[in-house]
Amino acid sequence: MSNATATPTATAPVETIRIKVDSRDVDVPKMLPNWQGRLEPTTMLQAVQIAGGEVPHYCYHPKLPVAGNCRMCLIEFGTPMMGPDRKPVLNPDGTPKIARSVLPYEPSTPRGAIACATPISAGMELYPSSPATRQMREAVLESLLINHPLDCTICDQAGECKLQEYSVEHGQSASRFVEAKVHKPKAVNLGPRIVLDDERCILCTRCIRFSKDIAGDDALGIVNRGSYNTIAAWKEGAFDNNYTLNTVDLCPVGALTSRDFRFKMRVWFLKETKSVCTSCATGCNITIGSREGVVHRYEPRENDAVNGPWMCDTGRLNYRWIGSEARLREVWVGNKASTWDEANREVRIRLSKAAPGSVAIIASARQTTEELYLLKKLATRLGAITDSIAREGDPDTLLVSADRNPNANGARLTGIAFTEMGIQIPKIASGIASGAIKTLIVFGEDVTQHGIGVDLLGRLETLIVSDILPSQTTQAAHVLLPGCAHAEKRGTFVNAKGRLQKFMKAVEAPGDARPEWEFLHDWVHAVSGRNGFSSIEGLFNQMAREIPAFEGIEWGRVGDLGVTAKI
Amino acid sequence: MSFSVPPALEAELVELATHYPQKRSASLMFLHALQEHFGFVSRDAVEWVAGKLSLQPINVHELVTFYPMFRQEPLGKTHIKVCRTLSCALFGSGELRDHFCKKLGLDPHRHTPQTTPDGKFTVEFVECLASCGTAPVVMVNEDLKEKVTTSDADRILAEGGGR
Repeated sequence: MSNATATPTATAPVETIRIKVDSRDVDVPKMLPNWQGRLEPTTMLQAVQIAGGEVPHYCYHPKLPVAGNCRMCLIEFGTPMMGPDRKPVLNPDGTPKIARSVLPYEPSTPRGAIACATPISAGMELYPSSPATRQMREAVLESLLINHPLDCTICDQAGECKLQEYSVEHGQSASRFVEAKVHKPKAVNLGPRIVLDDERCILCTRCIRFSKDIAGDDALGIVNRGSYNTIAAWKEGAFDNNYTLNTVDLCPVGALTSRDFRFKMRVWFLKETKSVCTSCATGCNITIGSREGVVHRYEPRENDAVNGPWMCDTGRLNYRWIGSEARLREVWVGNKASTWDEANREVRIRLSKAAPGSVAIIASARQTTEELYLLKKLATRLGAITDSIAREGDPDTLLVSADRNPNANGARLTGIAFTEMGIQIPKIASGIASGAIKTLIVFGEDVTQHGIGVDLLGRLETLIVSDILPSQTTQAAHVLLPGCAHAEKRGTFVNAKGRLQKFMKAVEAPGDARPEWEFLHDWVHAVSGRNGFSSIEGLFNQMAREIPAFEGIEWGRVGDLGVTAKI
Repeated sequence: MSFSVPPALEAELVELATHYPQKRSASLMFLHALQEHFGFVSRDAVEWVAGKLSLQPINVHELVTFYPMFRQEPLGKTHIKVCRTLSCALFGSGELRDHFCKKLGLDPHRHTPQTTPDGKFTVEFVECLASCGTAPVVMVNEDLKEKVTTSDADRILAEGGGR
């Protein structure tokens, strides 16, 4: 399930073709999914991948239409020789005779085929490691580097550049080019988030195809002719859809750069952590790039069950709050900076005095499922009314969900919120106003923005707040507990389609901030006397046993790509 | 801002687009017609064509920049096309073009067509003019000049009212 693509089901036998890859017999499916998931004849490139090899390529991308323009994937091949009777010609030992593909009228020169766009046929032999193939790669690379500025030392792509990698692997160590290089526009303002260096571009057109065929914004093109070919938009800065930064990932060289990340960090210093985007309920899988406790970028992490290889610009750039100077770093009890021990004691005393029905909990659907589960446990124990805050926005047709909370379904499945999230908030507000609700616990939300004003908060006997950034709610708190961003802890979210996905810790939380599940565990332990876990794994497994939608799921079995919950 | 296509020409072009299975196939015909009418293809013209053919302007712009015969700027009164293909190159078309450029104060190192500030001359290198036997050849507006020497060049410039 985790690798769900449009591959044929296990029940239908897959028709295979036997070919040879570097003189080894390989059976490969006759058809494989194309970029849209539709079955198409298997290509040489896919066949070599199945055989365990790799064909270097620039313009080819499994999720984009095939263009076949970079020529990097040229390989030498042969097909079974046919006699005039259309029967295979055999060698003396009975094996079929193979005709290596050569130039017409020049039989000593091998004629390669672009592996990305050439289908295989029965008995075909592919030679991805032959001297002729290597020579073709070397020649293509030499041609691609003719006008390249070779400015790797100041290029953001250095370290994750296919031009560098293939030059090391398949290229020459020295250039034979002595003529003057063609100069093209530098630091072009292609769009508000994209800066283009046309001299580094190898004209693979991945960005054009992505923009037109995936993002639905036919904004980019190639202008001018021959060596003067240049990627361009119609107007300066016009490349401005919500998916433009994917072209930076797609760009195999350093031509398209992110204005946000440009010149900020050498990529080899970045620690990569698997995580999930928090900007909407789609839950795009991401890789967080961080160094020395600072998050420097999000990149999409391929997951065909959720986001494919893409993510939106809004989500990708929504990370600066993690390292914000304004982050809450200290525990506060009353008007004094305090300690966790002090705060937990205060919470325990206040909650033990609270009469059933006098407590309300407003959690955030940005919290992890485990935290919401613990809050629900606490609510049950205290007889508290609970809810969460709904966040809505305009959806798009690619990835962005109308639900801007990353874990609305987690809040629903744990019982914190009803399907209609926020329906209890007016009730909580009137409860506070009437004096029926005397204790309010708020996690990760500024309730003053959602119908519970500062005046109402002032009537409470106890206001316990945990948050990441200061707000009017945190200012009114009797006990204030600094929490963690998702990048600072582990946990899970359940996305809009019910996919349960876990994320890992990338950086340390600032100051005294602690993961919410840790101190929530202390509270639940304090009010219930139960202590079933001491780690996020144990907590998750306990939760999964209790929530029907997570039946049979264990932390260890939630892979990097998540699992589908039964919602 | 004041870009407008005469209604008769517009009607003709709209009708022309119906001759093609796909509207965008008429792009080149549209551009030729507009260039003939306006003398060059302006950015307004590109946007007009894109609008009429349901394309994005960048799609049309690609065509305009690809084909050397489309002009993005008005030409000079005298348009000098110097052939640079093999025979002419061997017979000194490079020096000939340099001569034109130098006389007119243009930059011989630029590869794109150049027009003098007074709008009198445009000098351009072009591919084969199909008169290899009489190299080097130059086209001055619609006239072919054969075996052109620098003194011929000076005469061409004088006829164009230049230096």
